[in-house]
Amino acid sequence: MTAYHRPSTLVDALRLRQAHPDHIVLAGGTDLLVSANRRPEPPGIIDVFGLVPLVTIVADRDGSVMIGAATTYAAILASDLVRRELPGLAAAAREVGALQIQARGTLGGNIATSSPVGDTLPVLLALDAVVEVASAARGDRAISYDQFITGYRTTALAPDELIVRVRFPPRPPDARHYWRKMGTRRAQSISKVMVAACAQVDGGVVRHVRLGLGAVADRPVRARAAEAAILGAAPGPAAAMAARAALAGEIRPIDDVRSTAAYRLAAAQNAVARFVESLAEPAPVPTS
Amino acid sequence: MTTMTEATGAMTLALHVNGRAVEVEVSPWKRLLDVLREDLRLTGTKEGCGEGECGACTVMIDGEAVNSCLVAAAQAVGHEVLTIEGLAATGGGGGAGGGEGGGQGALHAVQAALVKFGGTQCGICTPGIAMCAARVIEREPDASRARLRELMAGNICRCTGYQLIVDAVAEVAAQRRQGSGS
Amino acid sequence: MNRETNEAAAAVPPVGTSVPRVDGEAKVRGGALYVDDLPAPGALHGATVRSQVPHGVLRAIRRDPAFDWTDVVVATAADIPGKNTIYLIEEDQPALVPVGGRIRHVDEPVALVAAPTRRRAQEAAAHIILEVDELPAIHTIDDALRAEVVLHGADNVFKRFHIRKGGDVEAALAAADLIVEGTYWTGAQEQMYIEPQGMIARFDDDGSCHIVGSLQCPYYVHKAMKPLFGLADHQVVIAQSVTGGGFGGKEEYPSMIAAHAALLARVAGRPVKLVYDRDEDIGATTKRHPARVRHRMGLRRDGTIAAIDVDVVFDGGAYLTLSPVVLSRGVLHAAGPYRCETVRVVGRAVATNTPPHGAFRGFGAPQTTFAYERQIEKAARLLGLDPFEMRRRNMLRSGDATATSQVLTYSVGSDEVLESVAAASGEVGPRASGGGAAPPVRRGRGLAFYFHGAGFTGSGEQRLAGRATVALLPGGRFEVRSSSTDIGQGALTIFSQIAATALGVDIARVAIAEQSTGKVPDSGPTVASRTCMVVGGVVDRASTALRRRIEEWAAAHGLAGAPIAEAAEAMAAATAAAGVGGEEVAETAQYVPPPGIQWDDDTYTGSAYPVYGWACCLVDVAVDLDTYEVTVERCVHAVDVGRAIHPILVKGQIEGGTLQALGWALWESVVYQRGRVVNRRMTDCIVPTFADAPEMETILVEKPYPFGPHGAKGVGEIPMDGPAAAVANAIEDALGVPFDSLPVLPETIERALAGSAPTPARARSGR
Repeated sequence: MTAYHRPSTLVDALRLRQAHPDHIVLAGGTDLLVSANRRPEPPGIIDVFGLVPLVTIVADRDGSVMIGAATTYAAILASDLVRRELPGLAAAAREVGALQIQARGTLGGNIATSSPVGDTLPVLLALDAVVEVASAARGDRAISYDQFITGYRTTALAPDELIVRVRFPPRPPDARHYWRKMGTRRAQSISKVMVAACAQVDGGVVRHVRLGLGAVADRPVRARAAEAAILGAAPGPAAAMAARAALAGEIRPIDDVRSTAAYRLAAAQNAVARFVESLAEPAPVPTS
Repeated sequence: MTTMTEATGAMTLALHVNGRAVEVEVSPWKRLLDVLREDLRLTGTKEGCGEGECGACTVMIDGEAVNSCLVAAAQAVGHEVLTIEGLAATGGGGGAGGGEGGGQGALHAVQAALVKFGGTQCGICTPGIAMCAARVIEREPDASRARLRELMAGNICRCTGYQLIVDAVAEVAAQRRQGSGS
Repeated sequence: MNRETNEAAAAVPPVGTSVPRVDGEAKVRGGALYVDDLPAPGALHGATVRSQVPHGVLRAIRRDPAFDWTDVVVATAADIPGKNTIYLIEEDQPALVPVGGRIRHVDEPVALVAAPTRRRAQEAAAHIILEVDELPAIHTIDDALRAEVVLHGADNVFKRFHIRKGGDVEAALAAADLIVEGTYWTGAQEQMYIEPQGMIARFDDDGSCHIVGSLQCPYYVHKAMKPLFGLADHQVVIAQSVTGGGFGGKEEYPSMIAAHAALLARVAGRPVKLVYDRDEDIGATTKRHPARVRHRMGLRRDGTIAAIDVDVVFDGGAYLTLSPVVLSRGVLHAAGPYRCETVRVVGRAVATNTPPHGAFRGFGAPQTTFAYERQIEKAARLLGLDPFEMRRRNMLRSGDATATSQVLTYSVGSDEVLESVAAASGEVGPRASGGGAAPPVRRGRGLAFYFHGAGFTGSGEQRLAGRATVALLPGGRFEVRSSSTDIGQGALTIFSQIAATALGVDIARVAIAEQSTGKVPDSGPTVASRTCMVVGGVVDRASTALRRRIEEWAAAHGLAGAPIAEAAEAMAAATAAAGVGGEEVAETAQYVPPPGIQWDDDTYTGSAYPVYGWACCLVDVAVDLDTYEVTVERCVHAVDVGRAIHPILVKGQIEGGTLQALGWALWESVVYQRGRVVNRRMTDCIVPTFADAPEMETILVEKPYPFGPHGAKGVGEIPMDGPAAAVANAIEDALGVPFDSLPVLPETIERALAGSAPTPARARSGR
């Protein structure tokens, strides 16, 4: 016997979450409802799909972009603000599943599921995203996404908390963004490797760099050694080589039903190297 | 409006499907796909995979194309659901209809085009394809063939190789751009 | 007379025009009823309990006592009243493994349950416990040939074939100027029809068995049900529901599901609906036979082929099923559409502990075609010959003899398909592009040229003796009765066109009877690219005979020269007036083989097929060197179809088959671990999407076949045979590295470019 709740305010949602820690928090259902007809019925559902406070995309006064947890990929793709400020996120959203999945799947769902192949998650690492959560008992708190992931499919979210929004701190206007997903096919595909990157070049050297990788570990990871190899270097073949070598030392992808360790490493290295090489050229003119 | 019925584990859900209000007594967890097929006997929406990969279960909720196998029935309360049976006579124009089986009324332009261009073979993917195509051409009537392919990639067809479907949808899109309905 | 005159004037002969498909409107409206859409009042839902181990002895089947079994029906082999076998060619495959019997593959059916809901049936199935003493299992062709574990006979070989032409092939190879040799591996491929398999079965009070479901061959199921339940012909009625794709995957496996649904219905005393979930369908049902093909080709310096020696091994899986026939077609195509005086082809189908492999479009020919078209490409490369020129110098033409010494006489469109592709080919895109900020890309072009025998091999069509009936109905309407099923390819539509043209009436007057064994004669199975060419031909003759009869009647009743529609209405009215005792006005025709078909089953020589389809496929690829992904940028496919009864339907068949072949080449594989399919969801067992498929250019070539209806010959399978080789040839052209296994995944390319490629084909002088 499954209970069903559709709160209309965030306060109600938090109260329900506190009262029913065994209830499923359901937004787009693109993960939770897979094969639902063959899975045990949950004790209850807290339906937050479309919950107004959770679907806004706004720019904060400091230039941060705030995206509500129940924002769909479709809404992310339709947002001029995201396209301008967070092109990597828009690129990732465009390659999630296909139209029907994008209409329902949400950023918060991607974060909560915390799959090692979650499409937006490497972008959150590359952009220093901050996850803002709340509970009825303790109020709000903010955790950098880097620290929000605690293990394989596990997060720092407490059983009485909800993800409310994701804050993307402002990047310098000349920041360079990169996203590459290698999937099993051109659409509707699970990632074999993902590389999300953000960097700034000033005076001919890299002043800031973040590399977020997906599908190469049991969780999305920052390639810190590769970042260190790039930081302070002049973009070009030498820095690309150094990044390749560093990456090989820090990631240990696996063979599985979808791909091989050798492929994942080689493709990740190629994507990172390509990004570094691209920093040597002027930023491409933005296209729609 | 939703009411809990404790004893049976079912709820009375007030849905709005193909322009009509209907009530069903089901678990809120029951997939919308199953409510359509079993409780409402609208079997035009198909199950090909149960995991949102094939798109055969595509319906529209508030005008957006979604996989009904990934929507819990209770989530559809308060929203407009359109299935393949309701696509004809939604004003998509462009095709005579005899009302043989399935929905009634004049075929939507994409339905007529799929028949005319050979975009339906075994037909199992066809309802999902038609629903997605109807949404796509309304949303982006100036989509190129490549863009149409990207937008429809959530619908798998194993029979056609997609070519004749793209021909059909591109033709309807071209008609939309020219402003003609038929 | 105006109505009749208008009709006569309006009746454009439908053959050759792309009329709206007769079942199209129902399909776009969502009104076509597939098996899971059919109401089944009072029916229980069935589920199958399957083995989790690949090889063992079944000791016991137990029910978990903690589960509530009150509303659940259980059936086992002990409940089978007749023979526990799924009849196909041999009787080696049981419907359910009996206690004490041997389990031979993972997912082998052992027990069945039925319950009021699907969820409950699946829960019940999960609470049936199988006790199995495991035995060592074999999973590969190499294992099977080593025969340390023997599953079949003395050496694991289900079937052998031997084709010989000319003298000693070793001597001919030794005398050649150049030898090209290679070993080619292709894997299992899942048909992935979008409608999963399913059946609804019931027994009536009179003991008759009625089954309806997703299938290609109602009479195959009919034949299989009789020995299982000890029933006579008239006591079994099998009907096809609208079927959402088959591609061969619903040629034989439906008999298994029908057996299960019927057995449950018999035990339960209620109808049973048994529909598979996708993962069960992928895991348990038949796939394309994995193959190892060793191909040696001896060539002269002038580029002509002097000798061909092929060793073909197909993995048949755990039971014989259709493997002998798949192997037959594979070996009969193995030497390719090329002239060669000295040929040897040896074929073996072997047993492994894998779910049995079965029919999938092409049926053995894609595997051997891949090998020979890779070979000819390597030969061209070594000789410095343009790929088109290589084919021109060697292709079979009218008057030439095949590897079985069949002299090609009719409808040989070999030149035409090659030259039409050559004319359309144009230039390849820039060979190398990108680098710097953009991923580096390498481009290449590949060609494949091939043929496909239409219809059953040798005297097969004569043995099938397919029949069709055309009947005159009240109101001057007509009904075509044949067991050929529409599985998407448009059988209902082309039969309507053929009948309407032969009868001389508007296509709206022609209906096709339901494909039920209770209503239609056995036209033979819907397989082997025979439906239009063979059965369409029988429909044509029956329609022609009926028209003649109507005209004769009209002449005898003062209506000589009347439009046929009017004469038909009058005759129908007269027949109705004659009362109940009157016989139905109908004509039945049976397959008549074309003249000159001589085939020797023992020596495998003669006319293997009445006629061949011909095709040429050109593929341009771009390989991204950062991701190793292959994009098909262009695909041109010319096919000689004899005559296109319905050009759009034919185009649809060609394009659908082409994409399945591109999928087999680049994206599709079935991954087994210890004999179990592990990628059994659509997420992991992928097929191409809209975004993966290239824009396809299709060229219809018509070289009429005098013994096909209006010149038509088989087209359903040929588009599957060649494109995979064209893709591998294109990738080699782009990267300079050979790829001799399918699929060519990005992972494969990465390894090859990293220097871990398998040994490329060797070329050495024979002297």
